[in-house]
Amino acid sequence: MQAGVQASHNQITIDDVCLADIPQIIEIDSEITKIAKPELWYSYYAPAGRSQPRWFLVAHEDARVVGYILGEVRAWEFGSPPCGWIFAIGVSPDQRIGGIGTRLLDAMIERFRPTGVKTIRTMLHIDENVLMSFFRSQGLAAGPFIQLEASIDL
Amino acid sequence: MKLNQSTRLAIWSIVELASRPGEQVPVNEIAQIYGISQHHLAKVLRTPSRAGIVGSTRGPGGGCEFTGNANRLTLYDIVQLFEGDREEEETPEVPSTPVAAEVARVLMEIDRITTATLKSVTLQTIIRNAERKEERRKEASRKTAPAGETDMADGVEPASEKA
Repeated sequence: MQAGVQASHNQITIDDVCLADIPQIIEIDSEITKIAKPELWYSYYAPAGRSQPRWFLVAHEDARVVGYILGEVRAWEFGSPPCGWIFAIGVSPDQRIGGIGTRLLDAMIERFRPTGVKTIRTMLHIDENVLMSFFRSQGLAAGPFIQLEASIDL
Repeated sequence: MKLNQSTRLAIWSIVELASRPGEQVPVNEIAQIYGISQHHLAKVLRTPSRAGIVGSTRGPGGGCEFTGNANRLTLYDIVQLFEGDREEEETPEVPSTPVAAEVARVLMEIDRITTATLKSVTLQTIIRNAERKEERRKEASRKTAPAGETDMADGVEPASEKA
């Protein structure tokens, strides 16, 4: 039961990512996850060899990146009909509770819509309370798939 | 999920109150909506009242009011008020056999998922999702209803009749 602090925003725009945004995305992700992953983020930026439609969007406040979202339509993996996967979403911690995550997700859904998918899906760590609350507030709930794993030395 | 009856009643009524911010809702009205005893509900509401998330005013026009933060208060918080902290529950002693350990692991898996779910659902999320579903239902009935009947289906007078 924490008190939320409403971040105040100047004009926020949602745009397709550009190369110059990547270092700021790496910084936000690293601030959230405490691990810097430059190779990963540059690889997401590189569109080469992709067969599935993918979108990488950023929220800009003036020239500053304050959030990002990565989504892709994937079909028939794990037996699932085509669906829009949200692989990553992040908002700069000092800019939260201002609707930026909602705008990013809405923008991604609008990219998914023309492809004909009827479902969006994501996967997150069970202890990620804040992120799970965010997705639930957007109407997402447990679906028909369940993730199972084991140590490889089972 | 199995919850005590008091916990379930508290969840229903607190969400109901949170969906009507600033409104003094008579206890008998909530009791009627959910088909429960007014006396029992009044007793149940003492706990959230002590926790400062429900306020009440006596007399004519009085009733209960949600006084918490619906964006922050989760189902876990309400369950915790009535059933204690699930995470601090002592693990019962189990025989130290491989089978007993595996049973305990599966039960812990269920508990972990339940706790994560309860912690991630705020009252505002329930209210918003209920509103979304209602909007979709109305939208669907607008699309399927014959022309001229759509507004009446939502309890709204057709524009032509208003004019």
